This record gives sequence, C-alpha cells and structure tokens, in this order.
Amino acid sequence: MSGVNQISPELAKKLTQAVEKMPAFPKSVQKILELTRNLDCEPKHLVQVIEKDPVITVKILRVLNSAYYNLPSKITSVNHSVAFLGFNTIKNLALGIASVGILPKQNDAGFDIQQYLLHSLTTAGIAKLLAGKLGDADPMDCYIAGLLHDFGKVVFAQFMPGEFSQVLQESSSENIPLHEAESRIIGIDHSVVGAMLAEKWQFPKALADCIRNHHAPDDGAGGMWASVYTANQISKKMAFGDGGDHCIEVLPPAVRNCFGGDLDTIIASLGDLSNIVEEARLFSQAGADA
Amino acid sequence: MKIKFWGVRGSIPSPGPNTARYGGNTTCIEIRTDDDELIILDAGTGIFALSQTLLRAMPVTANVFITHTHWDHIQGLPFFIPIFIPGNTLRLHGAFDPVSGRGIEHIMEVQLQYSYFPVREAEMKARIEYETLMPEQSVQVGSATITPTLLNHPVINFGYRIDCNGKSVFFTGDHEPHYNIYAPEDEAYTEYQALIEDKEKSIVAAMRGVDVLIADASYTSAEYPSRKGWGHGTFDSCLDMAKKAGARILYCTHHEPIRSDEALEREFAKVLEARLEEGGGPECRLAREGEEIEI
Repeated sequence: MSGVNQISPELAKKLTQAVEKMPAFPKSVQKILELTRNLDCEPKHLVQVIEKDPVITVKILRVLNSAYYNLPSKITSVNHSVAFLGFNTIKNLALGIASVGILPKQNDAGFDIQQYLLHSLTTAGIAKLLAGKLGDADPMDCYIAGLLHDFGKVVFAQFMPGEFSQVLQESSSENIPLHEAESRIIGIDHSVVGAMLAEKWQFPKALADCIRNHHAPDDGAGGMWASVYTANQISKKMAFGDGGDHCIEVLPPAVRNCFGGDLDTIIASLGDLSNIVEEARLFSQAGADA
Repeated sequence: MKIKFWGVRGSIPSPGPNTARYGGNTTCIEIRTDDDELIILDAGTGIFALSQTLLRAMPVTANVFITHTHWDHIQGLPFFIPIFIPGNTLRLHGAFDPVSGRGIEHIMEVQLQYSYFPVREAEMKARIEYETLMPEQSVQVGSATITPTLLNHPVINFGYRIDCNGKSVFFTGDHEPHYNIYAPEDEAYTEYQALIEDKEKSIVAAMRGVDVLIADASYTSAEYPSRKGWGHGTFDSCLDMAKKAGARILYCTHHEPIRSDEALEREFAKVLEARLEEGGGPECRLAREGEEIEI
C-alpha cells in the first residue's frame, strides 16, 4: 500500500506498547478468576475462555511466538500453546493478563466493545465452519484469524479515542466503509494496525496477511483469507454484533466459486447458526445477566 | 564422561533413617567431561556437598544448568561455596520464564533477598554469569554440547542432553508425559492428540540413543491418577520413554520424599517384574545419592 496506510515507526511503537497494558474483556476476566480459584481447574474449560477473548489470545500467542522459544513453525492455536508450554504456564499467563483489569464497557470513542466482541466471535465461528467446507485451510487457524481480524479497531478505540470517535461518525454519516474513514482521519486503517501488531509479535505470516487483507479482495489469497473475508461479510449481513462497519462487500468471483454461490446462497448453505451466535452472545455480555 | 548423583529426592529434602541409603538431598547431578570440565545439572540441596569437594582444586568454573526454577532444583545455589571465593566462576544456564517475564538471573535474585539470606549477590566474590537458553539451541561447554528440550511441568522445564566424545546423557528434570486435556467425545480431542503425539516424538528424538537417561519417576502407576497434572512421571512412563528412545541405561530419580528406601526398592522391583516379559528395554536402576558411573 502507498500514501496513506503507511504506519509511522513512532505510532507502531506507541500502539505496541499500549497493547501490552491493555486489559481483557470482562467475561473472560471473570471466568478466568473463577476457574483458577479451583486447583483442579479443567484445562479445556480455560482454553475455551481464552479462545473467546482477542486480547488474551494475542497476548498468549505473542509469548509463544517470541524469540525465547525459537519455534520451528509459529503457533496460532491456544490448544497448541497448552501442549507446548504446559497448562499451568498458560493458566498463570492468563491469570496475569486477567489481573490487569477489564476493558471498560464505555470508552471515550463511543465504541461498543460488547458488540465488537460479538462480531469478532461470530466471524471466528463462521470462518471455522467455512474452512471446514474448503479443506485447504485449518479451521482453528481460521477461527483465530476471524477472532483477531478487527483487533486494530479495539486498539484505536482504546488508545486513539478522539480520532476513532470521529471515524465512527464519518463512516456512519457519509455511509462509507469504516476502513476508508480510518485512512482519511487517522492515516491508517485497522487492518494495517492489526497486521503490524501480528508481525511485530511474530505471528505466522498467513495470519498477519489475513488480517491485513480482510478488506482487500484478493483472488489468489487462499482458503484462510476466503473463509475470514466471507465470514466477516456474513456476520455483518446477519447483524451479529457490530464492529462499527455496516458496508457489506460483494464477494469477488473466486470466493463465490470457492463456496459455490453468492453471500445469500452461502448463508443458506450454512444452515442454523444459532449455536455460534448464542454462545458468542453469552460471552460478549458482561455483568450479572451474562 | 562421569556422572555422579548428589541429590535424588523430589520436592523437599528428606533426611533420616528411612532414606539413608538412597539419600535425602534434592536434585543435583555432577557431570565431568573427558577433559574434566564441570557441568552441574540442577542446584537442589545436593549441590552443597558437591561444592565442598570442589575446594580442593580451585579456581572452579562451574557450568550449572537449571532444569526449572522450583525450590527443590535451585535451593542449594546460595550454599554453593565456590561463589564466595574470588577467582571462581559460576555460569548459570536456564529457561526464560514467560509468567515472570524474566530470564535465569531471576533464580539468584529471588533467593538472595536479604530477609531470606544474609549475603547479597554483590558480596559474592566469584564471577557469576547468566545465560538464558532457548529450546533446541545447543551450547558448548569445552568438549561437551548441551541441548535443552522443553518438557512438561507446571513451570517451564528443560530436559538437557549432554553429548561428549560420542557419549551421551539426558536428564529430564521434572516431566509428566503429555496427556489429552479433552475427552474422546470432544471436538478438539483429535487435534490435541495430534499435537501431543508430535510433542512426544520430538522429546523421544531429543533423547534418542543416549547412553544414560535420568528421568523423573516420582510416582507408581497406581499413585498417578490422583496426581495427574502435577508435572511428574511414573516408573512405567520412564521405562516407556527409555525404550522408545533406545536409551542404554535408565536411572529413575526424583524419589518421593515420604517413600522409604524399602518402599522405593519394593515398588521399583514390582514394576520391573510386571514388565519382565517385554524384554528389550534399558538396564533400569534407581538413582542413589553418592553413586558415580563412568560411561
């Protein structure tokens, strides 16, 4: 990319450092504290919690993929993290992250983090389903890519609330895609920031590319990209949560070929998505009703 | 290469008449290369007695490799006498701890807090160096090559393989074989099973063909189910591992603190007897404090 969407080294550094101190989502923090009170906490229950929180997931993958472990191939899944570092280490990492605090429900940008999480979780769940149909993409990799595709937005909301609030307003009043408003106002969009962070933390290239290109239709990008790209459109079309972007993109021909039809046909072929949505809804809601 | 056990007990020092034969000190193993370089695996309380033998031939260069930072593997370090004497060198190697975000220098700092120990690090006269290691990245100590492998314990635990002039030894530190955290009916079971099978293959490959495998055999198979997830192996899991790796001699160590010498020998004999028909495995021994072998 040229012109806009070049991230300055100063901003890259500022955002990377900021994310280190970023708290996780309320429900996962509550769940982690609850589960780890019990010495016999079941590993799989904790994995299920971590996998639903983009902040905890990135922080754990960041440790795993850091230079300290010299991994021959990068790790993208939480299960793999447990198998590699051991359950107790992952548990204590999660506990450390949970102790940072909770992401405030109300932020100065006016960005609804519950709706954001619901959009991210449903995109993740649908991307996993779609990957299962393709066969050339790992469903769990697609789940993580879906969970993290919009991570840049929550970073903007948390650390550049003034600018991001303006982005949300302009995107809505002018009916333009959120990433276009971000490029105009901030100079970079959330996909670039998300990919920059993913690269900085040495996540696998495929994951960083998938985050970078989730608004850039690319016919040759493969099954993981196609699954996440399509899942994102489905989540928006079905209004499962709200990532602040209401523009539904038209599927490029290669993606239509991949999944055998246009967006409506694909949605119909997926059948009942209520399990994914219900699970995501329960998790994204904070408070006593959650 | 010479190997000598200075501490073979797990968890907590356990002196007394019931453990007099196998010893009550916690983990410490001395390795001498053919060129007499000194490698020490873990710094449990056994390192104190070892350190006294070193005073005869100073200056000392001690290459200590810490498997992990639990007390029973580091507690003797402040009592490693050569660190108080100028001219000696202590080189401490170990893993990065992702929970504290610290390297191996942390183990001295934690233990030398003034409330717990009267001498500060700055007052120790020997040269103390720290090297935080990465999995699979070998380091050289004179004629020996030491390669860490990430094993499975509640904290990061490195198993170390030492190769020197065609001879080799692997010490696990504390290790529990990986197990599936999912039930067979769970969706993620198969994926997780593949992950741990891969991991097990890489562990077996790391200890492939060693002359001596020293492994954490804390529990009997009957004791294990109630201690699953605590990060330790069993006599049977060590035998399985040694067989798969083609190890020539297996030393079972990290004896339970409450297991008497008689009980230890009894349980060990039961395991060997039950597996007698299998054949083809390594020569199996119980690690005993004070025992030295040359390979």
